[in-house]
Amino acid sequence: MTTLVRAEVAGGVGVSVVRPDGIPKVKGEFAFSSDLSAEGMLWGATVRSPHPHARIVSIDVVPALAIPGVRTVLTQDDVPGRRHFGLERPDQPVLADGEVCFWGQPVAVVAADNRETARRGAAEVVVQYEVLEPVVDPREAERAGSTFRTIEIRNGDPDAHGEVVVEAEYEVGMQDQAPLGTESGLAIPDGAGGVDLFISTQWLHADHAQVAESLGMHADQVRLHNAGVGGAFGSREDISLQIHLCLLALRTGRPVKMVYDRAESFVGHVHRHPARMRYRHEADRDGTLVRVEAHLLLDGGAYASTSSAVLANACYFAVGPYRVRSVHVDGAAARTNNPTAGAMRGFGAPQPCFGYESQMDRVAAALGMDPVELRLKNALGTGDRLATTNQLIVGSLPTREVIESVAAMPLPDPGGSDDPRRLPGGTGLTTPPSAVKRGIGFAVGIKNLAFSEGFDDFAEIRAVLTPDGLELHTAACENGQGMVTVVEQIGRTASGMERVTVVFDDTSRIGSAGSSSASRQTQMTGGAALRAAEAVRDQALLRVGGDRLDDDGVWRGDELVASLADLLAGDPIEHLERFHHPPTSRPDGRGRGDIHAGYVVAAHRAVVDVDTELGLVRVVRIDTAQDVGKAINPQAVIGQIEGGIMQGVGLAVMEEIVLDRGVMKNASF
Amino acid sequence: MIRITVNGVTHSVEPAGTESLLTTLRDRLGLPGSKNACEQGECGSCSVILDGELVCSCLVMAADADGCEIRTVEGITDGATLNTVQQAVLEAGGVQCGFCTPGIVVAATHLFATTPHPGEADIREALAGNICRCTGYGSIVRALTALAGEES
Repeated sequence: MTTLVRAEVAGGVGVSVVRPDGIPKVKGEFAFSSDLSAEGMLWGATVRSPHPHARIVSIDVVPALAIPGVRTVLTQDDVPGRRHFGLERPDQPVLADGEVCFWGQPVAVVAADNRETARRGAAEVVVQYEVLEPVVDPREAERAGSTFRTIEIRNGDPDAHGEVVVEAEYEVGMQDQAPLGTESGLAIPDGAGGVDLFISTQWLHADHAQVAESLGMHADQVRLHNAGVGGAFGSREDISLQIHLCLLALRTGRPVKMVYDRAESFVGHVHRHPARMRYRHEADRDGTLVRVEAHLLLDGGAYASTSSAVLANACYFAVGPYRVRSVHVDGAAARTNNPTAGAMRGFGAPQPCFGYESQMDRVAAALGMDPVELRLKNALGTGDRLATTNQLIVGSLPTREVIESVAAMPLPDPGGSDDPRRLPGGTGLTTPPSAVKRGIGFAVGIKNLAFSEGFDDFAEIRAVLTPDGLELHTAACENGQGMVTVVEQIGRTASGMERVTVVFDDTSRIGSAGSSSASRQTQMTGGAALRAAEAVRDQALLRVGGDRLDDDGVWRGDELVASLADLLAGDPIEHLERFHHPPTSRPDGRGRGDIHAGYVVAAHRAVVDVDTELGLVRVVRIDTAQDVGKAINPQAVIGQIEGGIMQGVGLAVMEEIVLDRGVMKNASF
Repeated sequence: MIRITVNGVTHSVEPAGTESLLTTLRDRLGLPGSKNACEQGECGSCSVILDGELVCSCLVMAADADGCEIRTVEGITDGATLNTVQQAVLEAGGVQCGFCTPGIVVAATHLFATTPHPGEADIREALAGNICRCTGYGSIVRALTALAGEES
């Protein structure tokens, strides 16, 4: 039983609805995790390693405990359950276990009456180290076989060679996600031996499993609650202070709050993998790509985090959205004593993009061919096979269309602005304007959607019809990206009701929504919302023989046959839905298989003014066309595209974490 | 002991040593609207108006604010309705995670109160001290440019 209500609901799919948390956010009333407090609350602080690699000789907590107001100091011996955590493998100690492996690694945690006292307490914990030589060069680690994963991809005709050869090496630096909200949370003992943790995270249930393991508790003794998230971009996929907070709260029997400051945030989460990439492209004279050989080395830092999956993305997308007859890719994620690398927006796809797109420009130059034409000539599309995995592309992949769309956009007026703020270097520019040249760059990128390589990827939602409207209960994390808005929109269109509200449930009340990452929540939690809301609607219509549901109740033609209150009197209507995307597979021994659930492709054109004397640059404009599928909320889609571009521009021209023998030299904005 | 007037209400507080005005507002006066995102004066999330001047409250020692009048995001309107800056930023999609939003609202409200007809360059200059990691600034600048056009 279905009813054609889709076009009639206000605030449904396809329109730019204002986000439901928008008004509290512009008024400063929205509660972020750093805004929480509780009666009798203590503050936590972390003792961190000043060395990238050292053996811990001794830890003396007595001087810290002597400070009035310091309530407890915990070390590795105080971790009652599993002493390690990790998203892919539990290899990182909750608190350092005899050895520190990166600069800033947590060694002890302190709880005290207020933030300043906690910080002073942390400074008074005396740790004696025997400093060890750090491994800071990922090439050295790779040579020594110290890696988290290696990948070998061999696809196509191994003997195919092109007429023109271009070889080069590329590097990408370490980038910080730098969400505006630093890591923060509040843990409250429940009085019965368990604990409630209010936390800003990207995946409530993955945190929950790791916290419960390390506390040595049953899953139902630990409840995690979504608290307001101040941005994420990958930085909140891994555990940071979650376990520490719960340990401190359970030990002291009091609520404990922690908020990292900006410098601590830089060392307190994982970063974008630095990459070293060697490429060899071979093409025929007509521009046909024949062969790509690539060696990709990512610096995974000290612990595994998500290096394995990030490396997989880098390798599977090593040649970009192009057809290539023969592909040889060797990739490694090295273990070093640099800060741990893991998830950041793009998740392994941006690094090779810099490599393969630079190569495309060089191939075009070697052939005397227009670089946009070269890309069009080799553009991958539906019905082709991904050149690395050999997976048939069955869904949308409009590579040609996004390239043509961007190429057709008008260029900005040529330079020559008199406004010094519009010159490279701004008002400080000392170069004569004639030395400022304008350049135009073009690049195309491809990335997967949702989790790959056979991961059991799902999202759960519970739709509950109430007299006041439809509730969609979820544990999905709203990081700012607008998941909460699109899920409500989908619920409206699916149910016919306008009064649709996302309700954030804790881990004891709903199953996992999966991670708010990998561009997956609109599809996954949105997909669950669609089916759950339709199921609730169908139950409602069936119960009283109606043909349409709205905020008033169930209708048959023009007659209201039951108000919501009457409909639900005595017997609630709800539906629990668990949504899976189509299954994917692990790669075979040569990196091939149906690895991915879907793809996105985007083309960008950058117009940049360059001061040829000083090397200063100013990005004049970026034009883009992206395959976004159905725009559930067009304004939010544009917001994601603009925000993503700005982080990419940051990576290209402004942002890099500078390491000096494993020590971060610029941990601030 | 210092006396500060925040959003029209005078408080006597005793900040500890070098405590910042931001800490006093958030932790002593229960006004968490001003955000702590860097404590270095880089990001503008803690912006408040102090005796008519736009400042980063993390860089002002609370003791130095003795006798001053301070307006925070909580007092930028009567509380019930949104001001035109808040409305414009909200409707244009200028809010994502929202952590920078209070600071941007305060800075932009201050701009519109002190500069009658700001152009796009004025708006970008006025927000140069506010970092937003989500939006890429486009929607915020568009919202405020349109607002300046309406109000001129």
